[in-house]
Amino acid sequence: MDVILFLIFAAIAVVCGFNVVVQSHPISSAISLIGVMGSLAVLYLLLGAEFLAAAQVIVYAGAIMVLFVFVIMLLNAGAEIRHGRSLLAQVLGIPLLFTFLGLMLYFVQHMFPGAAEVRFGAFKHGTALDVGRALFTQYLLPFEVVSVLILIAILGAVVLAQKEME
Amino acid sequence: MTGVPLSWYLILSAVLFALGIAGFLLRRNVITVFMSIELMLNAVNLTFITFSYELKQVNGHIFSFFVMVVAAAEAAVGLAIILTVFKNRSTLNIDDVSSMKN
Amino acid sequence: MQLWLIPVLPLAGFLLNGIFGRRFSKAVVNAVAIGSVLLSFVWVLKTLAGLGDLNAAHTEQYFTWIQSGSLNVGWDFTVDRLTAVMLLVVTGIGSLIHIYSIGYMAHEGGYYRFFAYMNLFMFFMLTLVLAANYLVMFVGWEGVGLCSYLLIGFYFDKKFATDAGNKAFIVNRIGDFGFSLAMFLIVVNFGSLDFGTVFTSVAGKSEATLTAIAFLLLLGACGKSAQIPLYVWLPDAMAGPTPVSALIHAATMVTAGVYMVARSAAIYTHAPAAMEAVAIIGLTTAFFAATIGLAQNDIKKVFAYSTVSQLGYMFLGAGVGAFSAGIYHLVTHAFFKALLFLGAGSVIHALGGEQDVRNMGGLRKKIPWTFATMLCASVAIAGVPPFAGFYSKDAILAAADHHAPWMYWVGVITAGMTAFYVFRAIFLAFFGKYRGKAHPHESPFVMMGPLVVLAALSLAGGRLFNVPEFLTQLFPLAKEGDDIGPVVVSVAFGLAGIALAWLFYVAKPDLPNQIAATFSGLYRLIYNKYFVDEIYGAVVVNPVVAGSREMLWKGVDVAVIDGAVNGVGNRARGIGSVLKRLQSGNIRSYAAWVLLGSVFLLFVMGVMGGLR
Repeated sequence: MDVILFLIFAAIAVVCGFNVVVQSHPISSAISLIGVMGSLAVLYLLLGAEFLAAAQVIVYAGAIMVLFVFVIMLLNAGAEIRHGRSLLAQVLGIPLLFTFLGLMLYFVQHMFPGAAEVRFGAFKHGTALDVGRALFTQYLLPFEVVSVLILIAILGAVVLAQKEME
Repeated sequence: MTGVPLSWYLILSAVLFALGIAGFLLRRNVITVFMSIELMLNAVNLTFITFSYELKQVNGHIFSFFVMVVAAAEAAVGLAIILTVFKNRSTLNIDDVSSMKN
Repeated sequence: MQLWLIPVLPLAGFLLNGIFGRRFSKAVVNAVAIGSVLLSFVWVLKTLAGLGDLNAAHTEQYFTWIQSGSLNVGWDFTVDRLTAVMLLVVTGIGSLIHIYSIGYMAHEGGYYRFFAYMNLFMFFMLTLVLAANYLVMFVGWEGVGLCSYLLIGFYFDKKFATDAGNKAFIVNRIGDFGFSLAMFLIVVNFGSLDFGTVFTSVAGKSEATLTAIAFLLLLGACGKSAQIPLYVWLPDAMAGPTPVSALIHAATMVTAGVYMVARSAAIYTHAPAAMEAVAIIGLTTAFFAATIGLAQNDIKKVFAYSTVSQLGYMFLGAGVGAFSAGIYHLVTHAFFKALLFLGAGSVIHALGGEQDVRNMGGLRKKIPWTFATMLCASVAIAGVPPFAGFYSKDAILAAADHHAPWMYWVGVITAGMTAFYVFRAIFLAFFGKYRGKAHPHESPFVMMGPLVVLAALSLAGGRLFNVPEFLTQLFPLAKEGDDIGPVVVSVAFGLAGIALAWLFYVAKPDLPNQIAATFSGLYRLIYNKYFVDEIYGAVVVNPVVAGSREMLWKGVDVAVIDGAVNGVGNRARGIGSVLKRLQSGNIRSYAAWVLLGSVFLLFVMGVMGGLR
């Protein structure tokens, strides 16, 4: 059961990810990305990360991607036209990409030769309680710092937006 | 019932990350590039949570949490910048934003 | 005894006039300059009176100058009889010339600068004379060279004057090189530069070493005292004001070489080969310069070559062992040569700047006092008894005769030529009809006074100051028999020279031109000073300049040094221009580079670092 769920949602994730890269219109890429986010949320659930799965859907798929869609609408971005290319990125990038992928797969095989197995429900410490407890005791400082970071981001966005209006 | 081997999650994460890189290298539209970056961040999140499962700790979840927060902040500011660039140069082509040349 | 006051008084004059002279009135500048030199002269007299018979040297040590390993050089002054003679000459004649300069330089610009330089010269010359070791003497040596350069090039807006100053300094430096090497050898072999130490330990050193030292010192003396081959600067030095020519290039600076040789007599007497060289160089120079003086038309150049020639006599005296005779001639030469130059200055001043004897004539009625004093000097230099030059020149010739008769004969012929060219100048300038266009007027008293004093000294100085007797203890006289023969011969040659000059220039004025036309080649050779300057230029100067320009400048400086420095810069620029292509401004290529870096890191960490 776990395996089937995993395979289905992994396949959806990969296909949607591929779609993000391949589609010419940004809005199609955005929708595909939302698909990726959703399937990843399921996978998180399989791994016992309940809180994070919810957060993924709410924050990522619900807020960030909506922001993306708004911006695409605002800019009225059309389909991409083919002109101008970075030769370096293509000549160097694609072989490097495959090298990278190969390296990662090699490492994974090397380090985890099919040992542990993931079962749904085996991990019980991913609840909101556990996450909250860790967040407010052990990781209190990063938590506060990151809230300041968000504040800065808000200010930055406001300033940049203001400049536009003038 | 057999579970899913851990390495499969990691392989999936690697593949998604590679897809993100591909999008970043090959696409010209700046918003699409941005979305590829988000894809990469998601792949990394998956890796963190996988390892958190393996090590039976909640720390990986916390890492992912922070990654999400930072990604949100980054998306907000980044999109604001893209809007400003679009206002100034009327182009969404990443190759045209090259005034830092030489 | 405060010996240091003797040089320091003129130094103070230099500092005062040099720093504040611009604001002083002429009277104040005069007072400072003349006063300092006169005070120095008075102090010399007082010191000598206080030191008694000076049989032993009186030394004063002031401070340790160099203390390095085993070499200890102090700033020491010493006075013995030789020093006393030199001090009297330098300060006495120096004072007279300073007084004369008040009148001569009255209408020239840079008045205070002139006197400042003259005072500085006095300081250095006195340091040279008072020195108790070779290094302090070298300080004075170099210093007088510097002042010579400054004073020759006094009219610095005239190129020939500055060129002459350069020439003097550069040729002197060649001599100084020899002096320096000699000092190094002395330090190595004697361990000290002190006169006392060196001269008492001469006996134990090898003759080869002493000969080497003596030859190197001789090179220095040739530079300073204008002997062959380094005499070429002295005729050109006439570009400076006439008092400078009188003081520096007649009476004092050029005699420093003779003084140094006399002071180093201990070394020279133990190096016979070097002594012989001194004598031969002196004799050759005397003869050679006299021949050139026969044909010169500039009155100052005649006297310049005469100086070179007379210096040759002094060297001849030193070289044949009669050091005291050489010093004797130094003293009498100071009298009459300074007088000749100052008198020439008076003539030039009277004629408003004219220096060519062909444009003079008949001046004895117009400037009688100048004529009278110059006549005194001329008979003195011609060796007519009982005037000054006769005694000293005869002492030298007698010693030469004892050493090697052929030297005596060459010396006698040169004496004849000396008399001839000096009286040629006198007759052309003072006799006959005036051929120029100016209005000759007698010089003021301030110029005539020193001339009269010097004339008296030229006439009576020989008898009054029996220098060889005075220096007997230092330079023992070989008591030769009083041979009257050579004396008569030399006097006869002198008188013959005067008579010949009378014939050529007063009785039969056309004769010189006829002879010049007949021997035109020889005449041209002499008139152009044997083309020595041109030869030096072609053989030495031009190759050096060309070598410097081609090899050292273009080859080394531009190609190698600039090339290396610029090359480094160019290489950096080249590398930079390659690397700047990284900054393409293209974000995707940046991403590609980041990916490359991260793959590389992964590879290193994983495969080679061993991810287990």
